[in-house]
Amino acid sequence: MNITEKILARASGRQRVAPDDVIFANVDKVMIHDVSGPGVIKVFDKLKKQGINVDKLWDPTKVWVAEDHFVPSADKVSAENIVKLSNFTKNYGIEKHFKYGMGQYGICHTLSHEEALVLPGEVYVGGDSHTNTTGALGSFACGLGHTDVAYVLLNGKIWFKVPETLYFKLNGKLPEHVMAKDFILKIIGDISTEGGAYKTMQFGGSGIDEMSVESRLTLCNMTTEAGAKNGIVEPDQKVIDYLTSRGAKNISLVNGDNDAEYEKIYEYEGSEMEPIVAKPFSPENISIVRETSSVELDKSYIGSCTGAKYEDLEAAARILKGRKVKIRTEVLPASISIYKRAMENGLLKIFLDAGVTIGPPTCGACCGAHMGVLAKDEICISTTNRNFPGRMGHVDSQTYLSSPLVAAASAVTGKITDPRDLN
Amino acid sequence: MKGNVIKYERDNIDTDVIIPGQYLKVHDYAELALHAMEGLDPDFHSKVKDGDFILSGRNFGCGSSREHAPIALSHSGIKAVLALSFARIFYRNAVDGAFLLPIEIEEDAYSDISEGDEIDIDIHTNEIKNLTKNKTYKMKPFSEIIGKIIEAGGLFKYKPD
Repeated sequence: MNITEKILARASGRQRVAPDDVIFANVDKVMIHDVSGPGVIKVFDKLKKQGINVDKLWDPTKVWVAEDHFVPSADKVSAENIVKLSNFTKNYGIEKHFKYGMGQYGICHTLSHEEALVLPGEVYVGGDSHTNTTGALGSFACGLGHTDVAYVLLNGKIWFKVPETLYFKLNGKLPEHVMAKDFILKIIGDISTEGGAYKTMQFGGSGIDEMSVESRLTLCNMTTEAGAKNGIVEPDQKVIDYLTSRGAKNISLVNGDNDAEYEKIYEYEGSEMEPIVAKPFSPENISIVRETSSVELDKSYIGSCTGAKYEDLEAAARILKGRKVKIRTEVLPASISIYKRAMENGLLKIFLDAGVTIGPPTCGACCGAHMGVLAKDEICISTTNRNFPGRMGHVDSQTYLSSPLVAAASAVTGKITDPRDLN
Repeated sequence: MKGNVIKYERDNIDTDVIIPGQYLKVHDYAELALHAMEGLDPDFHSKVKDGDFILSGRNFGCGSSREHAPIALSHSGIKAVLALSFARIFYRNAVDGAFLLPIEIEEDAYSDISEGDEIDIDIHTNEIKNLTKNKTYKMKPFSEIIGKIIEAGGLFKYKPD
């Protein structure tokens, strides 16, 4: 069995599972946030009316809560959602609630690794599609809707059809100017936004071994954009070190068997990878950066679970050091812990000196909710994950998805720019 | 189950156009319905009738896990979405929450059925009858677990064997 099958077999109490088996998997960790949390509360209200007991969660110690989509509260409705969420966690005895304005908080998928909330080999589900991100730690991480999450909160398990696995092998390191974001955009361009649908996307090979844990998180994050059930990387010493440094204990790794089977294997040569953008209006609509360099921009956005981890900010700072931005540029670190490290290591000063506005951790403009959404006809380059019509604001705005290096280089010139082409 | 078809002849209708991100804070189902399909078809709310179906291409509902998407459609009156294929979370949400039926169709039904056609979907015989054009098409049968959850009326009413 491959790693995903082994995790699902263990979680469903079976010796073996194979693709298409339908299982009920015991869940190890669950996440809700300020959108899916109130959604779950609404489901609980419906269930109560149907006479279903919702007095107790199956295990509140396995649940954690993020405030990320509408913080700082965008308006009265979102402020009330935060109050609802706080009451919910209080009433159900959930202690891990990362609150805006009270120390560490941030985007849910960032907290999952920054706070070592999910460990290798675990089944982790979250009320958000980018829950896939956390598979980079060697866990089965999968996004679900409100009804499914409500079911898990009450029953501790959920049904899955065991997925087929697509294996993406990266031979050799990516060049210095190419990031994991470029690689995953290239893959989505190759297989389409439906190419991973219902499947596992697993990443391996010497290029992945060489990659930092944070880069692997970027890869798994955007498996969602290919429609995948989960993204996953076999955990190694880097994952152990990463989680241990964040306080995790008792880490045990689950790895695939030597005779693991995959539906299909795709091979890429690291040295051949280029900086890539996804043009409007789909993550599969990719182009080599140098072929889109005539596109004039209004804004550069460096934020989100995809593109505002510490490593992402460090990459942007490498470009922006000693330079000035030519267009509106925002950096929103994905969590307070990242924000603090960026301050301690001088990144924030580099950004401010370059003319960038630094914002608080939030999903905000990535999903077109608030905090810097786009006007009609505005064109933005963004380190986020989706560029569907209206995704970041007006339905006639445009978003190009890129790596933090490309977003920063483009901020300097005001046009889509390959970092190698900066003076 | 009979109804009239609203057709969107395109692939990859995503959750950002089904219910734009600014409405994610809304959890009032009737209010969500007011904004259904707003990102693609601002006239949707005024033209949709209770019992209508949506017909579309591949990868319907791709993008976010927001259950707001099937909720907004369902509370607009949509009873089923017929598509060449569905994104996984939209599909699950539609079935587990018992909001609407996701019906997988073949190319013949997709190209043949027009906007406004009256069709009759039978999930027991897996047939779709086009009453306007007097034709019949096959739908892809539900997998065993999906069929059982639909029959039970959603995941919470489903009792695993």
